[in-house]
Amino acid sequence: MAEDVWILGIHMTKFGKHKDLDTVDLAAEAALGALADGGVSMQQMGVLAAGNLMNAAAGIGQQLQKQIGQTGVPVFNVANACATGATALKTAIMAVKSGECDMGLAVGVEKLAGAGLLAGGARKEDSNTWEPSGRYGAVAPVDGRIGTETMPGVFAQIGMEYGHKYGGTSFELFARISEKNHAHSTLNPLAAYQKKFTVEEIMNDIMIAYPNTRPMCSANCDGAAAAVVISDSALKKLSKEQQKRAIKVSASVLTTDPYQEACQILPDVNTLTRNAAEQAYEQAGIGPDDLDLVELHDCFATAELVHYDNLKLCEPGGAVDFFQSGATWRDGKTPVNVSGGLESKGHPIAATGIANIWEVCHHLRGEAGDRQIENAKVGLAHVIGLGSACGVHILEKSAA
Amino acid sequence: MTEQIPLVDYLELGDDPHLVANECTSCHARFFDRRNACASCSGTDFQKVKVSTTGELKAFTIVAFAAPGVPVPFVAGLIDCDGTSVRGNVVNVEPDPEHVSLGMKVRLTTYPMGTDEAGTEAIAFGFEPIS
Ligand SMILES: [Zn+2]
Repeated sequence: MAEDVWILGIHMTKFGKHKDLDTVDLAAEAALGALADGGVSMQQMGVLAAGNLMNAAAGIGQQLQKQIGQTGVPVFNVANACATGATALKTAIMAVKSGECDMGLAVGVEKLAGAGLLAGGARKEDSNTWEPSGRYGAVAPVDGRIGTETMPGVFAQIGMEYGHKYGGTSFELFARISEKNHAHSTLNPLAAYQKKFTVEEIMNDIMIAYPNTRPMCSANCDGAAAAVVISDSALKKLSKEQQKRAIKVSASVLTTDPYQEACQILPDVNTLTRNAAEQAYEQAGIGPDDLDLVELHDCFATAELVHYDNLKLCEPGGAVDFFQSGATWRDGKTPVNVSGGLESKGHPIAATGIANIWEVCHHLRGEAGDRQIENAKVGLAHVIGLGSACGVHILEKSAA
Repeated sequence: MTEQIPLVDYLELGDDPHLVANECTSCHARFFDRRNACASCSGTDFQKVKVSTTGELKAFTIVAFAAPGVPVPFVAGLIDCDGTSVRGNVVNVEPDPEHVSLGMKVRLTTYPMGTDEAGTEAIAFGFEPIS
């Protein structure tokens, strides 16, 4: 039986526009912050896992080493869509769990401020002759002709599909989810946006892909996050203070989408999330009712709804009632996205899957200031990257 | 008569326009492009099958913001054609939430996209409400 793994140190940069910092600067700030938070140095890291999705071929891990310490340890540069950060963390955890090293560093960074649509943002012009090409023998670009490739449109359909299956959804309902997350963000100084919106303001804002208006979409921004993970036996050799602040990784799960009818037509973000959640609850030996807070992947307001169900926070088919009960507000039964979520905190892609862990750790350590969820002991962090990959981590407060 | 070409090779034109899928002969999973082995069961035998031309709108969005050159707004949807899910636009309907609804019955329709330099006309497909 492999030993437990803990998060020793963790850090996220301010999310937003960092005009004067490049990806390496941001990654370095997060990495050095996480090392300092854990009271350890780069020299003690046995492995480095790093992700920067938009420049995945550049080797952000080695770039970071040159900026803060070329120790010669193995680097795993990872890319897994919006689950890149969680994949980096999982990689470092696996290295420690396997016994290859005692401590590892995971980093995710992205520069996205000012970016527009990340998919379906450009379409080639039609050529002068209809010439079939590609897998579908298409004679012209198909985005906009055969459905949509834009993320707001894809995730809008995912929310609508849930509504078709179970009923109860409406434009206003999805807007109210966004209202919650924006309200939560006002307590998070590291969020890219800290602006409260009324539901009317959200519904009357610029429509992107019905029912998602602009404030219901994740915010493109710059940011980085990093975490130091450590084995149980190595942690026991550190100071009482370090042990007290360490957060137990009770479950670390990564899944991909198993075949389902329709999954190659509209991505199925549900099955792999359910599978990840089930495995995580099993690994951690806890259930959804034990969770004091959840950070889930609200890349769009329409996505948050389906993940209440996928993460088993509610009865199957019960996500609408669950939300309407007020359960997911910060004073509710299961607070969801008290950070403000991707809609207001922001979504610097590769950083997201570590920043959500930072948020949960912050509460479990009792260090979340104005937005502290009182007596938080257990939390869950979830990300999903289309393609698809899903990361779920369950974290527990140290008993020490 | 003008020569015609379909927007994609899984659209079959003629008197009875319809979509064609590659169906796994062992588990009947359907794919609109080629597979070396089935994503569901890893079987390697496929046959061409005609997809039903009528269906139900299982999910949709009304895209208001897209790449330059894509006319907006338009309705993108997921259509359940008798058990086979199909991606397509909902056409011949006002692109607003008052006119498009979940569960709406639709049927395949084709329309010309334009004629190229050689005089060939490209034909696209969409789904229109069955009134
Ligand atoms: Zn098969």
